[in-house]
Amino acid sequence: MPIELHGVGFTYPDGSRAIDDVSLRVADGERVAIVGQNGAGKTTTVKLMNRLLIPTKGDVLIDGASTAKRTTAEVARDVGYVFQNPDDQLFAADVRSEIEYLPKYLHWSDQKREERCSRAIELTGIQDHLDTNPKDLPSAVRKFVAIAAVLVSECRYVILDEPTAGLDSRGLALLHGMLDRLRDEGVAVITITHDMRFVVDAFERVVAMADGGVIADGDRRDVFLDDDILRRSRIRRPDAAQLARDLGLGRRALTVDDVVALVP
Amino acid sequence: MVLAALKGVGFTYAYAEHPALVDVDLQLEEGLLHGIVGLNSSGKTTLCSLIRGVIPHFHQGDLTGEVTILGRPLLEWDAAELSRTIGCVFDNPFTQISGIRDSVFEEIAIGLENLGVPRTDMIDRVERVVEQLGIEAIVEKNPNELSGGQRQKVAFASIVAMDAPVVVIDEPTSQLDPEASEAVFEIIDGLKAQGKSIVLAEHKIDLLAQYADTVTVMHAGTVVMSGPTRDVVGSDEFGSYGVVAPEVTELGRRLAAAGRPLDRLPITRGEAFDEISARMRSTHAH
Repeated sequence: MPIELHGVGFTYPDGSRAIDDVSLRVADGERVAIVGQNGAGKTTTVKLMNRLLIPTKGDVLIDGASTAKRTTAEVARDVGYVFQNPDDQLFAADVRSEIEYLPKYLHWSDQKREERCSRAIELTGIQDHLDTNPKDLPSAVRKFVAIAAVLVSECRYVILDEPTAGLDSRGLALLHGMLDRLRDEGVAVITITHDMRFVVDAFERVVAMADGGVIADGDRRDVFLDDDILRRSRIRRPDAAQLARDLGLGRRALTVDDVVALVP
Repeated sequence: MVLAALKGVGFTYAYAEHPALVDVDLQLEEGLLHGIVGLNSSGKTTLCSLIRGVIPHFHQGDLTGEVTILGRPLLEWDAAELSRTIGCVFDNPFTQISGIRDSVFEEIAIGLENLGVPRTDMIDRVERVVEQLGIEAIVEKNPNELSGGQRQKVAFASIVAMDAPVVVIDEPTSQLDPEASEAVFEIIDGLKAQGKSIVLAEHKIDLLAQYADTVTVMHAGTVVMSGPTRDVVGSDEFGSYGVVAPEVTELGRRLAAAGRPLDRLPITRGEAFDEISARMRSTHAH
């Protein structure tokens, strides 16, 4: 079942318009990367998906039903949001309490709580840090604690805001593994990011935004093929893709693996 | 002259349990762009604060070893003189923006006002940096209404406008899109062309590999590698500290693993282009 934005617009109380007439549909298990320059409307768009912002125009539907009458807390159970800065989100004195907060708040059975918590802990690789205060952890680990605290819910859509910022190579490998597991479970992942290498390595579908609207939405190879889309959304091809193009090796090559296959 | 020389330097912030810097030996020459890389909490920010003199002049703590800035021991520098000599952009623009000025234009000018720069000169300098960064549209805005990326550009602009001979910059592009990040690097490159010395802590290794003269790798509070960019970024050891290599370096390594190594491991797209096009020409000739 999908999450759908129907002609959604958002204008701040001071009259400045962040996005206008955005329509998007994200299905179960899908992975979508939203890209574009600072101020294009990416953050506003994803905040409207889980009702952190309320549309001033249009409607957001989850599983075909309008969210207009639902509270942000209710919508957040379907659509999880992991902030770019984990410190905007974490509050508990140790990692275990952070992860168990939601299950306790919702009065889940011991068995369900145990199941959801161990899944979230395993997916994010934070087993060794459960008794630590999140503030004493390196920021890369804190990031995974923040992700775990969202994954423990039964949300079927997860929004990741700049998930690769500050991650080391081990953290990146963990993140890629987690994305694959989430897809197997049918959980959709929507990311907003400036990291184009991450986009082409992990997301099939790319939505390019500019000036508060969607200017392209489709297969990553089509989006990155089109110079006009890149220029208007002010994004760049990753280095390997640009290199393949400069060398005349292939216009649809995007990842390092693609380029390795093309070099004689 | 040597910009900064550190010998056996350790630093523990007041009330902290663990040291932020441990036994750091490092020498950075004047007139170059020095990149500092390493994971979060590896000591990059503390190293920048030390070179700028914010440690120990502002942040208290236990400093050991010898720190020499431009030939003079750090502790002998007058804090105000050091401020004029070394401009500094912190990684969190929210702490840097003064919040006491009503417009971005005035915010960018605040450092110049403090230095007593004449008004017309001040306006000239602010206008020039505003144009370089392409932030004309926000100069009349209140700094408190800006997005994270916009604040980051304003914080950077205010330091460029100060025109100090040395600039220490801690992750100026962490919240910027690729186009704005490249603009920041081009400006930094321009500062170097004017003869300034730059110390730049940065995660975007592809840009650093292209622009920096030297790269220093920090790990667990100490310097584990330091030297010319190519020697450091292109070495096998570089990856062992968790730092991600440039995408074209990864490409070179995968080609080698596939039995088709390039003559030289590329660290920039330009180098990769040269290596692979030479390969294509020779393959074609056969």
